[in-house]
Amino acid sequence: CAVGILDVDLCGPSIPRMLSVGKPEVHQCDAGWVPVYADPQQKLAIMSIGFLLEDSDEAVIWRGPKKTALIGQFVSDVAWGELDILLVDTPPGTSDEHLAVLENLRKHRVDGAVLVTTPQAVSTGDVRREITFCKKTAVKILGIVENMSGFVCPHCSECSNVFSKGGGEELAKLTGSVFLGSVPLDPLLTATLEEGRDFLQAFPESSTYTAISQIVNTVLSSLDA
Amino acid sequence: MADVPNDAPEHCPGTSSDQAGKSSACQGCPNQNICASGAAKAPDPAIEEIRQKLTSVKHKILVLSGKGGVGKSTFSAHLSHALASDDSKEIALLDVDICGPSIPKIMGLEGEQVHQSGSGWSPVYVEDNLAVMSIGFLLSSPDDAVIWRGPKKNGMIKQFLRDVDWGEVDYLIVDTPPGTSDEHLSIVQYLSGAGIDGAVIITTPQEVSLQDVRKEIRFCKKVKIPVIGVIENMSGFVCPKCKNTSQIFPPTTGGAQRMCEELNLPLLGRVPLDPRIGRSCDEGRSFLTEVPDSPAAVAYQNIVQKIRDYSSSHSTPDDPC
Repeated sequence: CAVGILDVDLCGPSIPRMLSVGKPEVHQCDAGWVPVYADPQQKLAIMSIGFLLEDSDEAVIWRGPKKTALIGQFVSDVAWGELDILLVDTPPGTSDEHLAVLENLRKHRVDGAVLVTTPQAVSTGDVRREITFCKKTAVKILGIVENMSGFVCPHCSECSNVFSKGGGEELAKLTGSVFLGSVPLDPLLTATLEEGRDFLQAFPESSTYTAISQIVNTVLSSLDA
Repeated sequence: MADVPNDAPEHCPGTSSDQAGKSSACQGCPNQNICASGAAKAPDPAIEEIRQKLTSVKHKILVLSGKGGVGKSTFSAHLSHALASDDSKEIALLDVDICGPSIPKIMGLEGEQVHQSGSGWSPVYVEDNLAVMSIGFLLSSPDDAVIWRGPKKNGMIKQFLRDVDWGEVDYLIVDTPPGTSDEHLSIVQYLSGAGIDGAVIITTPQEVSLQDVRKEIRFCKKVKIPVIGVIENMSGFVCPKCKNTSQIFPPTTGGAQRMCEELNLPLLGRVPLDPRIGRSCDEGRSFLTEVPDSPAAVAYQNIVQKIRDYSSSHSTPDDPC
């Protein structure tokens, strides 16, 4: 499966670090900008403003119109090649970035959106508005994921609901959306992401990975349907 | 002229933008000539209006982070509660997260509406001495989405600063969304006459957060806002059963402490993860009064005291004394 990740969080681009692609440069070819590949087989292509900054601590202090223009270029001018799936990672909100992505992807097909929340009401309160955004912009909601859903103490296995519990599922019921599943808080996942290691290789038995895989499979089946 | 005049086309870059009158969206706009000539870029008169309006506000503090979900709104709300626990002080909390306004819920004010009076919009009072303003109070349903581009958000922020009748205030706390974009530039621009005491920056321990927070700190330097200090939130979790501590968000690159050492900034404190914080926020109650002896509440109070100390020893850049 050839996958592209388009990171449109221009102020806080986290994808390059999480996929440990460091600071490669973005080159031009005849077909446009060449994306950065996370793997030698070139199955995972990435584009992020993170690759365009000289200094990774440099702040991107842009107002809406400038963000809109760059996102337009990311969608139209990157030579993604043949992809099975293009994933777009967005910042929080319902503003310029979100509108820019949709406007530019309209001419291609947008299969839908996966919405991520944490369990507590303060989080689901904002995600309700994101759901309205999707409805208003005619983006199909593929489902809701409840992230940071409980923490299992590595010392005694007691599960603590650090950010409360159940909000994701309630939100799905309330808004008539599919509940895709919960992903627990897992320091091993955070650490491996930050250290540039492959989580599945490092922790093949992880229940966190199982949770994520199940969600992915559900989303993929809904795309095939 | 307004940032986005009523007769402007959909992709209007904003009358104060470099692209004003020159962008392709400007074709056909009745204001195009005015914008292209630069006349619309004269200093916004609102800056002076806001300066005058806020002469009754002693201290103005921004709560910032580059990163989402690190606890800005939680901290802004509790900072406000803590400052307001002194009955002799008047506190104001302004929520400029236009797309994701969490402050009404955290302050237990969901469903409240804003009233207009002769002297402007009245904020919503959660205590006699604690006033709150948020776009949340202007929305009629919890499902309403604010799908606005930058220029319209900027206009709202200008109104919040110019048209809200705050009265005599000791501390105005401004809660912001994550990022370094329209909301942040507008707050700085519109308060450029009135002055900002400083910014408190919130992070969590892991590098993915710090990476974004370093950008926020650069933003502060660029727009010349003093950084009061950094708070490391979600800093460790004590299991309620076995009492062992786990680093749920591991400080893989030394956490806020190392970042503060490198950037020569004060680390105001570390707040541990406590499920009771989230619960209090969801229920609209102050964690500081619900569980005052918890390590997290104690950490918060220590941090608030440092902010009080900073405020009393610094005056805003435009204050003559």
